[in-house]
Amino acid sequence: MTQLPAQTDKKLGLVIDLDTCVGCHACVVSCKGWNTENYGAALSDQNAYGKDPSGTFLNRVHSYEVQPDQGAAQTIHFPKSCLHCEDAPCVTVCPTGASYKRVEDGIVLVNESDCIGCGLCAWACPYGARELDQAEGVMKKCTLCVDRIYNENLPKEDRQPACVRTCPAGARHFGDLGDENSDVSILVKTRGGFDLMPEQGTKPVNKYLPPRPKDEQIDILAPLLEPVAAEPTGFLGWLDKTLEKL
Amino acid sequence: MHPAPSIIFFTVFSGLGFGMLAFMGLGKPDVSGFTAFIFFFIAYALAVGGLISSTFHLGNPQRALKAFSQWKTSWLSREGCLAVATLLVMGLYAIGIIFFNTRIGLLGLLGAILAFCTVIGTSMIYGQIKTVPRWHHWTTPLIYIGYAMTGGALMTGQLRIATAGLVTIGALQVVAWIIGDKRFAEEGSTIETATGLGTIGKVRMFEAPHSSKNYLMKEMVHVIGRKHARNLRIIGVLLVSLIPWALLMFFPFNHFMALLAVLAHVAGALTTRWLFFAEAEHTVGLYYGQR
Repeated sequence: MTQLPAQTDKKLGLVIDLDTCVGCHACVVSCKGWNTENYGAALSDQNAYGKDPSGTFLNRVHSYEVQPDQGAAQTIHFPKSCLHCEDAPCVTVCPTGASYKRVEDGIVLVNESDCIGCGLCAWACPYGARELDQAEGVMKKCTLCVDRIYNENLPKEDRQPACVRTCPAGARHFGDLGDENSDVSILVKTRGGFDLMPEQGTKPVNKYLPPRPKDEQIDILAPLLEPVAAEPTGFLGWLDKTLEKL
Repeated sequence: MHPAPSIIFFTVFSGLGFGMLAFMGLGKPDVSGFTAFIFFFIAYALAVGGLISSTFHLGNPQRALKAFSQWKTSWLSREGCLAVATLLVMGLYAIGIIFFNTRIGLLGLLGAILAFCTVIGTSMIYGQIKTVPRWHHWTTPLIYIGYAMTGGALMTGQLRIATAGLVTIGALQVVAWIIGDKRFAEEGSTIETATGLGTIGKVRMFEAPHSSKNYLMKEMVHVIGRKHARNLRIIGVLLVSLIPWALLMFFPFNHFMALLAVLAHVAGALTTRWLFFAEAEHTVGLYYGQR
């Protein structure tokens, strides 16, 4: 149960394009919507309309400012959810066997009827991908929309995670990262996809694509708009001096 | 990390209880009848009380029995199994001593070893957590064993072992703090590695994903209270180690002095255990520009 499989048949996961993400949080909303209405305990909110609202989310979008050694800083929107790690530390720490990694597709799931809500898996995850639902007392995490991707009652185009399906910018991609020739694997290869916190040794399946380098000079008109004179002359100069004397 | 009172009580008091059981298993003190009953009663009250306290932070404690199933990989599961095994073995051993005035040495030895292993199990629940570099270090099991055995010696009146233990854990605690303060940097996780954006430049949190604190931040990005850490460290090490040591060394030994020493030691253990959690920094804090 909580022993990790030596290998999985597929490595289903997400590829998130930090170049394309506009930080609209649509993936956050669609994730919350789907996963509240479908598989497992609903994602509860506490004090949703009060002073200090909080709630359970399986996907969150951070925004960072990155300052290169030279040039302007960049704002980068950064969606974060479970990375479905190959060496998932959250699974092995689980005392009840509620957490497991599926052999067939590598998805990391929680069997909620076995979860005692001890929170140890959330401690073991370096990424903050697991949140203990405060109403149900069970651990919630991204299921990769396991109840969508194999769901034959849905039209074919909807058989992908809700976040991927909804992303208006096309910044999220879903597929088998274990298959070298899959679209997502090719995307990772050509764009130089990377792991989050590789030093933690978790071997995440999800990959992030780096922002493309920005053009060195974006605004070609800017140099032409330099102020013509630093000091005002003529009528404005007279006005400036007169006002200063007052 | 959030210093939950239930977890602090669990680790301190169950450690103390299992430490006591380890000594009693070895026949220290060699008592029988009602006196033995009192000793065993205190040890069991501490050990079981601690374990019960640990269930208070569970979301679904009614399913706690399932936690005995995953001993192959999970230290929390192993700790539970070892604790129950210790309590069962020592229960039989105690019945022999209390009611039949018979000490089954081998059973006691087995119980003592199990009690010792239970404390290792408790320590490894934290020691295994790689995401908290301060905990993921050999000092964590040593601290837990040191505290449990010193407390056990103190509670069972093993004066020589207790005085030696008190000095040892004081020194050990200071060493653990000195090493622990450098651990996060040593492990090398930064906001740059967490986001993978370090190749572009210096990363700064621009906007949080949510407007108020969530579970992750309450549980793992506990930063309040750290500002008193230095004072609490001094108070903690005085209470847990130096004061009880001085009481045992320089004052005539009697029940009142022993009680004072135990109270000081326990108050100190609660303080340093609070710091063990409050000062522990989790990598998820990096995503929030905090530690």
